[in-house]
Amino acid sequence: MKRILRGALLPFLVFALWEAGSRAGVLPMDTFSRPSDIALAFAAGVADGSIPLATWLTVQAALVGFAIAAVAGILVGVILGLSPPLERTVGPSIEALRPVPAVALTPLTLLLFGFGLRMEAAVVAFACIWPVLLVTVAAVRGIEPRLLEVARTLQLGFPVRLRKIILPAALGRIVVGLRVAVSISLIVAVTVEIIMNPRGLGYGMIIAQQSLQPALMYAQLLWLGLLGWGLNALLTRAFGRWHGAFGPGVNP
Amino acid sequence: MKRLARLPAFGAVLFAAGLLLLWQGLADRQFISPVFFPSPSRTLAELTRQIASGQLWKPLEATAARMFFGWALASLAGVVLGAAIGFSRRARDFLEPSLEFMRPLPASAVIPVAILFLGLSNAMTVAVVAFGAVWPVLLAAVHGFASVEPQLMEVSAALRLSRKDLFLKIAAPSALPDILAGARVSLAIALILAVVTEMQASQIGLGQNILLAQRSFRSPELYAGVVTLGVMGFAINHAIVVLERRLLRWRGAHEQ
Repeated sequence: MKRILRGALLPFLVFALWEAGSRAGVLPMDTFSRPSDIALAFAAGVADGSIPLATWLTVQAALVGFAIAAVAGILVGVILGLSPPLERTVGPSIEALRPVPAVALTPLTLLLFGFGLRMEAAVVAFACIWPVLLVTVAAVRGIEPRLLEVARTLQLGFPVRLRKIILPAALGRIVVGLRVAVSISLIVAVTVEIIMNPRGLGYGMIIAQQSLQPALMYAQLLWLGLLGWGLNALLTRAFGRWHGAFGPGVNP
Repeated sequence: MKRLARLPAFGAVLFAAGLLLLWQGLADRQFISPVFFPSPSRTLAELTRQIASGQLWKPLEATAARMFFGWALASLAGVVLGAAIGFSRRARDFLEPSLEFMRPLPASAVIPVAILFLGLSNAMTVAVVAFGAVWPVLLAAVHGFASVEPQLMEVSAALRLSRKDLFLKIAAPSALPDILAGARVSLAIALILAVVTEMQASQIGLGQNILLAQRSFRSPELYAGVVTLGVMGFAINHAIVVLERRLLRWRGAHEQ
């Protein structure tokens, strides 16, 4: 209880001083706004549906990009993980792409797809694929060899082998990569919106700033913080439970 | 033996070369649009032109400086805050929840706020880079300072080290590996944010170059910019790995 109070002290002080300073005229309204105005702006944004819509657009792009990255990353990762010679041949070419900052590709995706969901999802997918791919390669390589031998003895086809042996055995570790990718997806989606894509929360913030509505800008920023924090807390819980149920013991 | 060891690398080079050749062939025969996928030779020609004319260095330097100063600021703040939180239970109770809330916030989301306060300036870009790059160093520093080996603490208690000596001689060196690992991640983030902020704020740099190239459909220039950024990302990551090995040489010696 004492810890919670201590943790709440700093945010409480910040907001109280912010409000008081603004009322006393120390903090200029056009940069600092004030917490009560921010709350009102948030309420108005929720009431007229603009904040829920922007949230949905951002989350949608993040999810689509993440889904593409997850499927492609796991598929390529499984193939490379199963065949070390192939990995040695293709690996360096993939490694050469990895240090390219995903957002640097934003202008290219704009050329290719134009504004909208597709360009944003493409950048998100490029950013999200690396953790999934790397973890999947490592996880598949770490599968107990006897499991793969059993699959060979039973003469299972590749789809069956993937579904019944490889994925269940490697999933415990692949999930770690997926968790990292989910966090990245939201960040990259907002970033693409801030630099150029006219949709979602990132764009909403830029527009609010440019049209001199600092209260709305702060409202969206705080909402975004809450969203990221919630997502993180959710993942930590889900991931923890997953780890407990399936256990690292399956795939040491 | 030696030839066998080289064989996989040979295959990898062959694969990469084959990929580029395929791209070149497809682009030359216009199977893929040269506007979206200009042939590698045109990108390479653009890159060599930029290097030969010296056009490349100014934006490269601007981006590197932005990245470096933001990163240095982030590292300083991260280590100081991390030491406080890792060293003192009380500081941790007061600060951790607020930091936990700010951490998942996309760093680019503070760009509008930073513009509001600092305008479209270099200070703005450095501030945003520092905000985004601080988290990995901070978390690593907290972990490093909080997990000093108990035996070392006992030794320092037996030697009656002052709190300052305890910090400088025991805690800081033992937290250094964690901090360096965090700083490496931070540097990668700093590069990304340097590019993002200069795209948003129209400051000279590689990110702005890419954006301008796209707006005027000069795609070889766009690709040249992306390649430069990739090489830069690779180089700084490599540099800090080397630095890490240097600084931590004592550690390997004492563990073996």
